Amino acid sequence: MSTMVDPGPEAPEAPPVEAKPPTRLGDLLFSKVSLVSGLIVILFLAGVGTFLLIQGLPALDASGEATYGEPDIWKFVGMLLYGTIYASLIAIVIVTPLAVGLALVISHYAPKALAKPVGYLVDLLAAVPSVVFGLWGLEVLAPKLLPAYKWLNEHFSWIPLFDGSVNSRSLLTASIVLALMALPIVTALLREIFAQTPRAHEEAALALGATRWEMIRLAVFPYARSGMVAAILLGLGRALGETMAVAMVLSATGTGYLTLSIISAENPNTIAAFIANNYANASGDKINTMIFAGLALFLLTFVVNFAGRWIATRGQNKG
Amino acid sequence: MAKSIDVKDLDIYYGDFLAVQGVNVHIKARSVTAFIGPSGCGKSTVLRSLNRMHEVIPGARVEGKVVVDGQSLYGAGVDPVAVRRQIGMVFQRPNPFPTMSIYENVLAGNRLNARKLKKPEADTIVEKSLRGANLWNEVKDRLAKPGMGLSGGQQQRLCIARAIAVEPEVLLMDEPCSALDPISTAAVEDLIHELKSDYTIVIVTHNMQQAARVSDDTGFFNLKAVGEPGHLVEFNPTTKVFSNPDESATEAYISGRFG
Repeated sequence: MSTMVDPGPEAPEAPPVEAKPPTRLGDLLFSKVSLVSGLIVILFLAGVGTFLLIQGLPALDASGEATYGEPDIWKFVGMLLYGTIYASLIAIVIVTPLAVGLALVISHYAPKALAKPVGYLVDLLAAVPSVVFGLWGLEVLAPKLLPAYKWLNEHFSWIPLFDGSVNSRSLLTASIVLALMALPIVTALLREIFAQTPRAHEEAALALGATRWEMIRLAVFPYARSGMVAAILLGLGRALGETMAVAMVLSATGTGYLTLSIISAENPNTIAAFIANNYANASGDKINTMIFAGLALFLLTFVVNFAGRWIATRGQNKG
Repeated sequence: MAKSIDVKDLDIYYGDFLAVQGVNVHIKARSVTAFIGPSGCGKSTVLRSLNRMHEVIPGARVEGKVVVDGQSLYGAGVDPVAVRRQIGMVFQRPNPFPTMSIYENVLAGNRLNARKLKKPEADTIVEKSLRGANLWNEVKDRLAKPGMGLSGGQQQRLCIARAIAVEPEVLLMDEPCSALDPISTAAVEDLIHELKSDYTIVIVTHNMQQAARVSDDTGFFNLKAVGEPGHLVEFNPTTKVFSNPDESATEAYISGRFG
């Protein structure tokens, strides 16, 4: 090792072709450690994928009891995917304006003395365990929302969204809780993106006589567009996989109902919540079915996260 | 539309820090006024206080008066946004909006004024402004292309076109050529000469030859001493400043003995 660190007097004797720059021990160690860590991550990911494939694929010809009453595995997984995507999309619709507004307040509107604590508070929201979110959604939020749901059902039941028999533990309640849980990550990402807007562009807008909002429309949003899409997709990824809060809040049995209504007692179910609620009592074929559902969720979140990252990096090159 | 500017006893602060003290100056309409001086002496700060752009930095404030054609910029109830619509600004680095076409860049300021522009009207403004900025012949066939695709000098002239598209009363330029090569610099300087007939122009420059070439009046700024605020040492017609200045400090700076 010592000869590698310090070629010393032997160096001139070596033929010139083999002369190498000295390798430092620290660099070598660090590069190996990084390499191994990177490989472990890939191995884990591959391991999870393989497990899901091996354990899940036997469920391909499951039916009847093993698919919880659905005729075949595709119907089973399709119902749950519908619920998962539907709940997450509603959550994203709720979280996007909230997060954009909050991130703008933190990055552009609030004075520094206020922006920092607000930023910390939003970050703290990410530290609240999902069980707590679930409890809060169930005990506090759901009863408070019920009157609003009743009103919506009374006046707007002709819109399929507000049809059906009203229940406080509906898909909308679950989606609101999901939105709150995705809020910190989306806000944090947006805040960083907005704050990176080049000062030159902001000043260009202000010097033309733009108000602050016009400056944001003229300089900040165009610059942040791809980053905003990426942030929202990453938030969607978070909402898709969320388990505990949905399992606690949402009143859904089995694979749920294929319905558009978001305030009724008959709700679609999500993959993660379904697995959490049913895994403990499952055995035999049902386990395979559930792992297959897990595989579907894994692929879905993978694709969404990948799309988010891809858009984020593509936007960076554009500058 | 060109107007004169009177600055009276202007002190500029960043928080508690007094950056510039006691500036008194009369800037003539339809003329070019240059501010020269070493880095950090406050000439850009003074320039930015003329359209209230320095307020973008939190804690910045002024004491004293800036009067444009009889109207005080810092009077109670004066909206800084309205001030900036009348007094345009061009920056050190060209800063066209990156996602907009050349055409849309020129119109950015007009679009802010909230009224709907008809297509022929917009076309007229774009052509007039780009002609005014000596850029029309170079870009007339690619108006829909992004403004970022132009060379640095063209981008800077695009920014000037954008600033004059709203027909401001005054045009402020903060070292507009310091990021440009000599040929582009010459193009911008020619443009400044032409714009003088319609606009009041105030330009900050580090290049004393440039000040001598383009300006009618020159103000020399310097720090009173290290750690002291900047102040206006001398303000005189450019020919006098560069041949027979009143202050020995001005002569020392111009002849390169310091700074």
